[in-house]
Amino acid sequence: MHKYLLKRLLSLIPVLFVVSLAIFLLIHLVPGDPAAAILGEEASPEQIAALRETLGFNDPLPLQYLRWVGGLFRGDWGTSFFMEGTMLEIIGAHMIPTLQQTLVAVGFATLIGVPLGMLAAIRHGSPLDRIISAFSSVGISLPSFLMGLCLVLLISVKLRWLPSSGYKSIADFGWQTHIRYMLLPGIALGFIEMGLIIRMTRSSMLEILSADYMRMAKAKGVSRRRMFFRHALMNALIGILTVVGLSFISCLGGAIVTETIFNIPGLGKLTLNAVMRRDYEVVQAVVLLVSLMNVLCTLILDLLYALIDPRVRLN
Amino acid sequence: MTEFSLSSADRSRLSERRRELLREQRRLNLRRFFRNGHAVAGALIILAMVLLAVFAPLLAPADPLAQTVANRFAKPGTEGYLLGADKLGRALLSRIIYGARVSMIVGVSSSLCSMLFGMIIGLYACYYKAIDNVLMRICDGLSAIPSILLAIALMAVLGQSLVNVIFALSIVYIPRMARISRSAALVVKEQTYIEALRSQGASSFRIIWRHIAPNILPAVVVQASFNFADAIITEASLSFLGVGVPAPQPSWGNILAEGREVITKAWWMVVYPGLATALAVMGTNIFGDGLRDILDPHTN
Repeated sequence: MHKYLLKRLLSLIPVLFVVSLAIFLLIHLVPGDPAAAILGEEASPEQIAALRETLGFNDPLPLQYLRWVGGLFRGDWGTSFFMEGTMLEIIGAHMIPTLQQTLVAVGFATLIGVPLGMLAAIRHGSPLDRIISAFSSVGISLPSFLMGLCLVLLISVKLRWLPSSGYKSIADFGWQTHIRYMLLPGIALGFIEMGLIIRMTRSSMLEILSADYMRMAKAKGVSRRRMFFRHALMNALIGILTVVGLSFISCLGGAIVTETIFNIPGLGKLTLNAVMRRDYEVVQAVVLLVSLMNVLCTLILDLLYALIDPRVRLN
Repeated sequence: MTEFSLSSADRSRLSERRRELLREQRRLNLRRFFRNGHAVAGALIILAMVLLAVFAPLLAPADPLAQTVANRFAKPGTEGYLLGADKLGRALLSRIIYGARVSMIVGVSSSLCSMLFGMIIGLYACYYKAIDNVLMRICDGLSAIPSILLAIALMAVLGQSLVNVIFALSIVYIPRMARISRSAALVVKEQTYIEALRSQGASSFRIIWRHIAPNILPAVVVQASFNFADAIITEASLSFLGVGVPAPQPSWGNILAEGREVITKAWWMVVYPGLATALAVMGTNIFGDGLRDILDPHTN
């Protein structure tokens, strides 16, 4: 396990290097002068030159890159031209709504997806299986912003059950109100993932149900319930765990879209506002942060496998 | 040592036989295609979309940009507005038909572009060990950036335009394509006939493009069809967020963004473009599933 851990950690170095280099170059290869773009059309050449100097744009690119990476390690993630506070404070404040929304989404997707997938596998080939599979295909095909709009139209505008947009923090408004406001964005965001989880659960359950040891279990008289839950589900869990872990990551990225629909002041709103205002360093910091979280999630998933399944670490 | 040679008669008989086999293979593939209900249904939806896109000027009842302020928010079914009108009195049906054009152009160009470059990277990475590590680490790094964020960041620096959307999406899909081409190519490369070709002195270029590339096409085409579906979603999302196809030009995403603001009084602005998007994505997805069952049965 130690050897595997070390190997896995070392393999992170090139990935992190490429991620940071790509994000760095993205902003620095802007066609035209980024300083001019930041200041807008009315800026005088002197102002642009001064900004270039303060931002260090006149230094060679490798030097700028090293300085930027060094800053990242010291906790200096850049400065926003429009907002107060350090970058990490700005991001931290916007992080919470996004994380809350992501948790609701992943929770919804898992709680609905896993049982439906199991049901489809147990009743393999029946009309119920077909209905569930069709439902998951629809889920996969509905982009989150579309699902969000449908939910708003149906649940908020027509039925008036839940609020159509806004964010209420737990601290100020309490749990119940918070969840009422989070439900629709969470479901919209988690719907695609639910479709994927149904698919994955169904196919990995089916694969295991057809294994020899399942026939063996049946032959020796294990009850159906014990067969499905103890023998099949436990073995299918690795596959399911992967999809759930990956869905967490795609929800973090996808939250950008649902936050716009539901007017939630999260990372997505922050990014889009920054894009509109050409506040490039904010865009850079958010993209970097979410990518780092992605890399971290993948690492945790890999280590979990290695713990569960010895074949992974011995390979 | 005697030299191994074929008479010209043998040669022509061999190539005739080869052509026969290929024809037979194609016939079998076609039959499998038409037996696969999913693939056919998906193909019909895609065909309909392509026809809409190509013949948009003939099919659209009105100019998608023509404003008639008197008919603002005309309800669906109003004279001349089968699906209603938007806040500037533009015919929604025409805008959706022209929106299909944008979706198809983005879908086709970005999936083809990423397929081409992904294959080049994947094939050369598989063939030349020296560049393999470097290329694959770059792909790992790029795919660690969530795709929608990468697309938004690219659009932010490039500026809004149809061409830039295609460019950004291609960049997003190239790493996946490269990885899939590479792993498919690695399997082919281990086959004995590749070794035989090498010992005969075939050039690397010839082996890569004439003998490995055609054999990885099934896996690559299946992935391209999924990229196509994803490109439709992502383009619509980008335009919805206001960083995709710029405003007067109709795209399903920016029609939906306008619809979102008037969702309480003009449901048709959301429902119809939404249906179009969902149908297009579903069609491409089930087409891809069917295609995978036919071309690449092992991965399923």
